[in-house]
Amino acid sequence: MASMSQDRTLPPPESNPETKAYWDAAAEGRLILRKCTGCGKVHFYPRALCPFCYGDTEWVDASGRGTIYSYSVMRRAPVPYAIGYVTLEEGVSMLTNFVDCDLDALKIGQDVRVVFKPTEGGPPLPMFTPARA
Amino acid sequence: MKGKAYIAGAYEHPTRKAPDKSVAQLHAEVARGALEDAGLTKDDVDAYYCAGDAPGALGPLSMVEYLNLRCRHVDSTDVGGSSYLLHVGHAVEAIAAGRAKVALITLAGRPRSEGQATGTAPRAGDMRQPDLQFEYPYGPTVVNMYANCAMRHMHQFGTTAEQLAWIKVAASTHAQYNERAMLRDVVTVEEVVNSPMVSDPLHRLDCCVISDGGGALVVVAPEIMASLKRPKVKVIGVGEAVKGQMAGQVDLTYSGAAWSGPRAFEMAGVKPSDIKYASIYDSFTITVLMQIEDLGFCEKGEGGKFVADGNLISGQGRLPFNTDGGGLCNNHPANRGGITKVIEAVRQARGEAHPKVQVPDPSLVLAHGTGGSLGLRHGSATVILERE
Repeated sequence: MASMSQDRTLPPPESNPETKAYWDAAAEGRLILRKCTGCGKVHFYPRALCPFCYGDTEWVDASGRGTIYSYSVMRRAPVPYAIGYVTLEEGVSMLTNFVDCDLDALKIGQDVRVVFKPTEGGPPLPMFTPARA
Repeated sequence: MKGKAYIAGAYEHPTRKAPDKSVAQLHAEVARGALEDAGLTKDDVDAYYCAGDAPGALGPLSMVEYLNLRCRHVDSTDVGGSSYLLHVGHAVEAIAAGRAKVALITLAGRPRSEGQATGTAPRAGDMRQPDLQFEYPYGPTVVNMYANCAMRHMHQFGTTAEQLAWIKVAASTHAQYNERAMLRDVVTVEEVVNSPMVSDPLHRLDCCVISDGGGALVVVAPEIMASLKRPKVKVIGVGEAVKGQMAGQVDLTYSGAAWSGPRAFEMAGVKPSDIKYASIYDSFTITVLMQIEDLGFCEKGEGGKFVADGNLISGQGRLPFNTDGGGLCNNHPANRGGITKVIEAVRQARGEAHPKVQVPDPSLVLAHGTGGSLGLRHGSATVILERE
């Protein structure tokens, strides 16, 4: 039984001075991450100070590719949706929705790529859809 | 700290729906109940602990005044449903340090009367919370984030829906003897896995109930305990931990119990195999399974096999758990099951559980809580009790 994901109304993320660049990039269709200028590690969600060594950090572009770490299809909702973690090629996992796909065919380990979905009056959200082979 | 304090009073509010009472009133009623149980009065209390369910914006301020207490030690650490187990640890610390003699801990709330869609509605919060903008827009709810843990556990370890269902079966087997339990019918594995899917792979019967009510505990110094008539239930081990997404190194296969549990066992000087009864936080079946592994009752990944075939049922299995029916069947006051976990552990240690579920040798019992969201960030607290 296939159940195709449907677009749903999304609340806007509320940015702050520390995170504004992330959402500005999303508005341009880019996923960016924060990387430490000292220890070189990438982290998520983005912080001004590296959570591993408290060093300074800079923005870097993400490839937008990753694999599904885990997910759940929320059935008890006006529009069912898949929420879960994607592990990005850069090695960090982020919470997201899996969209533009058959919700019943999602699998952990599946390759996905980033897409951006509009929110109500705010920047778009990075979400992930199965990558074509 | 080991053995420097006792749980002298424990009281569970009998209500499961309280539309005609205020939240502060429920706190007062459980406070009175626990003090009466201990044989103490409000004027004996010199320390008070509460968490986010207590009405008032500034931690304990409103409730200390409402209850008309004179405290020399207060704590309102809020780590969700595990707060009250953590408060037991903080009370022991305060008592061991000579800063308190009689600590009162209360929990109460009315999510059922207030019509909260506790598990299925996304909850907004303070947008200054640094993680929120990266999560809230995606629709995380209580149930779908615990479901993420269950999905990963199934993928990585081969855990099945039927194994998870056994946890509900065991809870319901106990709840049939609890006349106050919200769900008293004994259910089967088939009934659990055939109940409606809420958020894959968690079915309706994998979830806890939503109830009004509350509970309270009184933790006292040894010299106070010596003057009381109640059975002596000594706190011999406590541990706490906070676990989240680890800056993007997300690992949903284990909980903070993997850290709080060993701390409590080390202090107590006992092993998981010594424990005769365990109250395990049961917001969902997966919560129980992961905590059982993390506390060391079985190897990581073996939880599914461990909980199956009635192994959690009192009188039948190796680890009798939640003999009051737990959050899965009895109650989950204020959406926080922590205090009821300690209360049933105290009942067992005293030999005051229902005769049908009382374990024969309750010399060592454990209570463990998880608060917040297992799939986002959560607090964990473990308490080990010894019957003297």
